[in-house]
Amino acid sequence: MIPELGHFALILALSVALVQAIIPGMGLLRRRPDWMAVARPAALLQFVLVLAGYGILTYSFIVHDFSVLYVANTSNSELPLIYRISGVWGAHEGSLLLWVMILSTWTAIIAVYSKRYPADISAGVISVLGFISIGFLLFSLFTSNPFTRVFPAPFDGADLNPLLQDPVMAIHPPMLYMGYVGFAVPFAFAITALVQGRLDAAWARWVRPWALIAWVCLTAGIGLGSWWAYYELGWGGWWFWDPVENASFMPWLTGTALIHSLAVTEKRNALRNWTILLAIISFSLSLLGTFLVRSGVLTSVHAFASDPTRGVFILVFLGLVVGISFSLFAIRAWQLRTKTAFSLISREMALLTNSVFLLVTMLTVLLGTLYPLILEAMGGGKISVGPPYFSRVFIPLMIPVVILVGVGSFIKWREQKLSELVDNLRRPAIFALVFASALLIVLPGKASFTAWFGLLLAFWVINSAIAQLVHRLRNTQNTMRGLKRIPRGWYGMITAHIGLVFTVIGIALSSVYSQEQDLHMAPGDERTLGEYRFEFVGVERKDGPNYSADVGTIDIYKKDKRMLTLHPEKRIYNVRKNMMTEAAINSNLLRDLYVSLGEQRDPDTNAWSVRLYYKPFILWIWLGGLVMVLGGLIAVTDKRYRIEVKQEKLKLNSNHVPAN
Amino acid sequence: MSQPTEDPKEKPKRWIYIIPLVLFSVLMIVFFIGLGLNPRLLPSPLIDQPAPGFNLARLKAPDEMISQDVLKGEPSLLNIWATWCVSCRVEHPVLMKIAASKEVPIFGLFYKDERSKGLAWLKDYGDPYVASGMDLDGKIAIDWGLYGAPETFVIDKDGVIRYKHVGPITWDDWQNILLPKIKSLRAGSGV
Amino acid sequence: MFRAVCIALCLSFSTVTLAEIAGFPFENEAEEERFETLASQLRCLVCQNQSLADSDAPLAQDLRSELYEQIQTGNSNDQIISFLTGRYGDFILYKPAFNARTLLLWLSPLLLFIVGVFCLFRFNLKSRQEPEGEVSEADLQKIRELLESETENK
Repeated sequence: MIPELGHFALILALSVALVQAIIPGMGLLRRRPDWMAVARPAALLQFVLVLAGYGILTYSFIVHDFSVLYVANTSNSELPLIYRISGVWGAHEGSLLLWVMILSTWTAIIAVYSKRYPADISAGVISVLGFISIGFLLFSLFTSNPFTRVFPAPFDGADLNPLLQDPVMAIHPPMLYMGYVGFAVPFAFAITALVQGRLDAAWARWVRPWALIAWVCLTAGIGLGSWWAYYELGWGGWWFWDPVENASFMPWLTGTALIHSLAVTEKRNALRNWTILLAIISFSLSLLGTFLVRSGVLTSVHAFASDPTRGVFILVFLGLVVGISFSLFAIRAWQLRTKTAFSLISREMALLTNSVFLLVTMLTVLLGTLYPLILEAMGGGKISVGPPYFSRVFIPLMIPVVILVGVGSFIKWREQKLSELVDNLRRPAIFALVFASALLIVLPGKASFTAWFGLLLAFWVINSAIAQLVHRLRNTQNTMRGLKRIPRGWYGMITAHIGLVFTVIGIALSSVYSQEQDLHMAPGDERTLGEYRFEFVGVERKDGPNYSADVGTIDIYKKDKRMLTLHPEKRIYNVRKNMMTEAAINSNLLRDLYVSLGEQRDPDTNAWSVRLYYKPFILWIWLGGLVMVLGGLIAVTDKRYRIEVKQEKLKLNSNHVPAN
Repeated sequence: MSQPTEDPKEKPKRWIYIIPLVLFSVLMIVFFIGLGLNPRLLPSPLIDQPAPGFNLARLKAPDEMISQDVLKGEPSLLNIWATWCVSCRVEHPVLMKIAASKEVPIFGLFYKDERSKGLAWLKDYGDPYVASGMDLDGKIAIDWGLYGAPETFVIDKDGVIRYKHVGPITWDDWQNILLPKIKSLRAGSGV
Repeated sequence: MFRAVCIALCLSFSTVTLAEIAGFPFENEAEEERFETLASQLRCLVCQNQSLADSDAPLAQDLRSELYEQIQTGNSNDQIISFLTGRYGDFILYKPAFNARTLLLWLSPLLLFIVGVFCLFRFNLKSRQEPEGEVSEADLQKIRELLESETENK
């Protein structure tokens, strides 16, 4: 009975979503405030209903209701509680419900804060979000109902995929979806502006925090996913250019472009169309990602087992949403143009250039991901486009972006003399050269151009940030007060840029200096990587809650002193009989020591196949992600998004009367 | 509030704003075709190539060798199978029916398995093969471009590969795809 | 049916287990490096989103030993690659060959970059030629207010 209630709640949510989409939308077009007023209660009611549906599915997982097909397929009576909760999004149907859940949550937040925006704008935004909600609720109810019953109910469930039985994997999907769905908000603002054919001067300021939050979540989601792949998959890789990874990376690239373009639109009222286009593209790419993962057009490690009706449904939905948006853009966007002149050497131009480069990079990733499909659709046969292609084209495209990071935040708005800029940047550049070269000598291992160049870029950005800080404080006597007067937005930006640089350092140094060994080791065998000696002690059998494991013991010595012991595991999960490696890793800022256990090779000598890795600076890749997230969060808390909202409202009220 | 900035002297280049829509439409067409394709199915570069050579001991009579020459003379099927292969078990009854129809001789390539298991399999479920060569280390299968047993090749009377079927053959596959191919190959040889 | 079996098969060899590269004794580091590079640039055909180096599927193991033997007999990388593409097609190459079919793939990053830079310069040139001040008075007023509040913050 309870699962049926969940199903019923979703059906009700769908009907409320219809109301939420249509009535405020019509109200916007017909200028009927009473219709627009429906937006807020409808959004909140839809949220409550979806929450109820979601809660009931979670309840079915917790109480092991295997009469629900989805629970029977993705859970098991041995599954620990935390994974029963996260198991809700462990497969297609539930993760789709999570999508809807997050979408209605964002909508509800907008509804709660809707008083901050003019009534017509919030009605438009909530209506657009309602239309998206309709699409996903229909998708869920008609092709992927999570509440379908199975009769007779199986005695036990088929278990959650062991790969997902991991704390990071439990939070990675919600993070990622919060990012994906988060871009629906800037998208809805953009569509509202296009429908109205006018763009409020405060528009960019309204959109910016939403875009930032979405970007923060997406960054965190991608970072977690990559970190998870690194420690869980057991072969030391952290990014595979898999279609599904690319699907999450593409909206990140355009989302990054969006937050930068929004800065120009907010400060200078320029590049409005470009900003709107980026907002549409970012959300479209989120939808595209959903299509790629769930339709089965591309093979991927991550792909859900798919069926064709789902593919057709979501393709039609994608076509409608993106097609209508781009049509609106084609019809209306030119009306929103502004003519704001800026010089070739100006911050506007630097930010625009960066966002264009990011878009070019996104298009390259998109083309690489889809090229096999395009070629095959045209009858050109099958090819693969994999990591060797992507790293070859991606890195050269990113270099100008990173260089511009160091320049862009230093340039003045509107116009700056080249000689002035060169003066400002000369010192950071020289110091970058000195630091990078010096550090290269200190680092162990052979000198490498890649490492040097990565460090050069890193120091370039860091030095330029320091120079900016000094520049900003040049006229203040009291340093502390000067620091306090710099807005949070600036600190956020600098922090995020430093995060980017950390990631660059991690990638450059770990790719150059990593060492790895695949070998058979019997007890007593040893091998040296870098300055560390790995000694294989042996393997023991141990049982976990829902798996049994072979646990290896490897002692690691540095200069003949034992410094630590690692225990890589090879687990066999009781229900699905999947074999899983749990790598053992010892991390610090300078290096990771990484050991994973393979198969037993020789029962007589008790030799096992083992992979040993020594990976300098690899932690910096994710540390950089964390710092970027932090930067985004700092920027969101900038005063002007909070306090001035109230002032804004007063101004708006006075401004809006004559406009209508 | 911001008025559309119409300037009588300058015509705004409105066509630029259509570019995203056009590009997206192209993408949609690709996706629509893409939905109909199976991403896991690989076309074989061996089609219309002479069958790769082999010289293998027979499963039932390990003293005798068979080579690609047995495939010449009339159209034939070469089926790659193993006892550990789940889909091969699914396919086996269909192969038996095909063999019973006497439309075409079926040769086997016994892939990465143990001889005793293969003999037991043929004894338990029946033997549709004229002969099976033992490719116990899987080297010959690589020459044939195998990636997922069972795979079945249609070979013409000159020993040239004409078609490759990946996965278990169903009776429908046989009647609608393989049998017509073989018939047309036979008709071709009559001309 | 085939799809289902294939997915089931792939799950059981899926990304979860460790591939076995150990056990190929190389005489020198150059050969070992060639082996590793080749294995990481070739795609496993069973679990189609892993390289030969990473995959644990039995076929991947066989192809790795094939690779090893060919390196031992002194075949060049090109010979090995044409051996494999002759049997499995271009699909096995993670790094697509440069030919007529992949021309657009390899050139488009450069083309897109050039187009991007070109558009940027044109846009900037035009925007500077146009007189400013066609923003509506209301907007300008608001911008001023915003800028003021902005500077107050600093």
